[in-house]
Amino acid sequence: MSIEILMPALSPTMEDGTLAKWHVKEGDAVKTGDVIAEIETDKATMEVEAIDDGTVGKILVPEGTEHVKVNAPIATLLTDGEAVEAPIASPPRGDGGATASAPPVDLGEPEPEIEQAPAGPQKAPTEPELEAAPATEMVTMTVREALRDAMAEEMRADDRVFVMGEEVAEYQGAYKVTQGLLQEFGPRRVVDTPITEYGFAGVGVGAAFAGLKPVVEFMTWNFALQAIDHIVNSAAKTLYMSGGQMHCPIVFRGPNGAAARVAAQHSQDFSAWYASVPGLKVIAPYTAADAKGLLKAAIRDTSPVIFLENEILYGQSFEVPKGEDFIVPIGKARVARDGTDVTIVSYSRGLAYALDAAKSLAEQGIEAEVIDLRTLRPLDMGTVVASVRKTNRIVTVEEGWPICSIGSEISARVALEAFDYLDAPPVKITGADVPMPYAANLEKLALPSVDDVVAAAKSVCYRE
Amino acid sequence: MPSDEAEQPEAPASAPSITPSEALASAEVLEHGSAPPLSGPREVEAYRLMLLIRRFEEKAGQLYGMGLIGGFCHLYIGQEAVVVGMQLARGEGDQVITAYRDHGHMLACGMDPKGVMAELTGRRHGYSKGKGGSMHMFSVAKNFYGGHGIVGAPAPLGTGLAFANKYRGNDRVCLTYFGEGAANQGQVYESFNIASLWKLPVVYVIENNQYAMGTSVQRGSALAEELYHRGSVFGIPGMKVDGMDVRSVKAAGEAAIAQVRRGAGPLILEMRTYRYRGHSMSDPAKYRSREEVQEVRASRDPIELVGKRLVEARVIDDDHLKQIDKDVRAIVNEAAEFATSDPEPDPSELYTDVVA
Repeated sequence: MSIEILMPALSPTMEDGTLAKWHVKEGDAVKTGDVIAEIETDKATMEVEAIDDGTVGKILVPEGTEHVKVNAPIATLLTDGEAVEAPIASPPRGDGGATASAPPVDLGEPEPEIEQAPAGPQKAPTEPELEAAPATEMVTMTVREALRDAMAEEMRADDRVFVMGEEVAEYQGAYKVTQGLLQEFGPRRVVDTPITEYGFAGVGVGAAFAGLKPVVEFMTWNFALQAIDHIVNSAAKTLYMSGGQMHCPIVFRGPNGAAARVAAQHSQDFSAWYASVPGLKVIAPYTAADAKGLLKAAIRDTSPVIFLENEILYGQSFEVPKGEDFIVPIGKARVARDGTDVTIVSYSRGLAYALDAAKSLAEQGIEAEVIDLRTLRPLDMGTVVASVRKTNRIVTVEEGWPICSIGSEISARVALEAFDYLDAPPVKITGADVPMPYAANLEKLALPSVDDVVAAAKSVCYRE
Repeated sequence: MPSDEAEQPEAPASAPSITPSEALASAEVLEHGSAPPLSGPREVEAYRLMLLIRRFEEKAGQLYGMGLIGGFCHLYIGQEAVVVGMQLARGEGDQVITAYRDHGHMLACGMDPKGVMAELTGRRHGYSKGKGGSMHMFSVAKNFYGGHGIVGAPAPLGTGLAFANKYRGNDRVCLTYFGEGAANQGQVYESFNIASLWKLPVVYVIENNQYAMGTSVQRGSALAEELYHRGSVFGIPGMKVDGMDVRSVKAAGEAAIAQVRRGAGPLILEMRTYRYRGHSMSDPAKYRSREEVQEVRASRDPIELVGKRLVEARVIDDDHLKQIDKDVRAIVNEAAEFATSDPEPDPSELYTDVVA
């Protein structure tokens, strides 16, 4: 009997990877648990073990092959004395139970694995509009690399800047955002902390009071709930409570919002929470260029800044202006796509839905203007209102919960500031008003979709 | 189960002046004999500063009663020897951070009584322009980092100030104060772990005034007699100190600060002290007897102790003590006068200092 060995997934969001090495060749006898191959993604390597005794039949994917899809057959395993040359059956993909799998990864509470191109609508990010002269040379990089470069550049420029958090140094970052920083800057400035968010967030705030410029990484923002007292009570309020004397130049950063299949306690969008707190600045970028330019601005800012990243965007590539001078101002939205018929406002991963929806709407004769808020506090209502004055219609898109959401705020402000220009009530597209479910189908239902955005845009245009 | 006995905390009177922690065999133990005497002028300085805090707090209590101070107001009366003794031990540039019973710390750090009192009354020339109040005042110039209203919060914040000292490679030490009630907070132990792991220059001063609001230390803390051992699992040495005697506090503080400054990592000083007034001004005082408070006041008052010692040693006489009191009262009256005549903040200040 022949068994197909399938490409394993290293993490919930991995879609493909590189088959780095075969440890066996066709005709080799293998036993259960033998390492037969190594697979790689841009942040992890994993050994593939045989899940049955037998003989390696055919190697279907040669070593060195990139972008091998998860669950694609990579080899066959012959059992019960089959001949090597025996014809190979082709069972459907994902044939239950008969797959080789990577050894189980002990992810513990923080799940440190993630990968490249995610499922979902954001396959082809629309060309970002950048804060750079047209002649600026561009480089393609992932959001992950852009964030790392932003920190590295600011650390080179200013000795007061240091990075601290769980697994930021020796592990190279739970999501590899701090990759290489320890090697360049050493353990004084790239500081691994114990898994105690309340404590190290407070230590970061104290260091900022003393005039250092900490960049505190939360492995995800979900865990920052344990630290929110120091973020809100100690960091955000002290400038005011001290009559302007005591500054707190700190950046809290990390992935926010839903990842993939990690369920309720690891999938929450805190944008609206932090955006409601006076004393904070809140940033949630979509493109790599904005991630880089805004993180640099955040580190240079003398206020506490909440920097909300998105795990699913980390592996996505965008054009980024070359050079260490590139910076994006805090508090300015970006028109990601010009349009005349309806305004779609979003931020972070929501842009992916918005831009794909705009493309679909264009095919149906509706030109949507897409606004990337980029900064959630202070909110650039000027850009939003100017667009609504032109299109007379607005749809907001976010993955967060609907009650007291960013969309709620924008809808209210548009009603106040552009009421006479509205031809339809504002519509909010948000995540469902439930804790994030685990089951794949329910999770999909709990998140916005491109279809939701298209339907909302058509509804405010009174189109079927 | 609470027992009658638990309702009667051990009077600080019975605390030995300084006890090296016995249970820290594996950690470095501070060795101390009885507290050495202070020089005459230093002891007079201590007396004067303690009296300034006492009179200031009495005045604050009066102004609160008159409705001129609002909100929460936590008086330091009874605990003066702690902060004054530590101030005498503190070096140039060493930082101080504490929670909300903070007026004494500010005065000890040398902050202007007028600015402190004006903040209590919510006026424009208060240290925080009237926007912080009793619990939230700062002076970067005097290395006083607050003034924090959340129980336990000073522990990681002070640890972070110490982190900055080590990062910069200077030899400053951060004196991080919190109460015995806060010593049960989780973030305190997260801080102990980090400070010990990274050998940070921080002295944690537990001001054990016997009551966390209305909960006596025996009713709120396991092994209530050994709070100075609370760092032992992290390898942090601790000392129990008679917080009613400024000499003991200063001696313990000097030894602790010197050891921390040498790079030995953090230390804990548990100050056995007592607060005469309620937790805040709105305290029904049902959790302890009047006699208990009177007993401490009569037998262990930190200011009387020093005054008596000064006169007996003929450093100064009664007239001199009276003159000090007169001088201090004048300073406090001036502060009160300033704090009640200074205007409230301009309404335009509502939206300033929100973000930098």
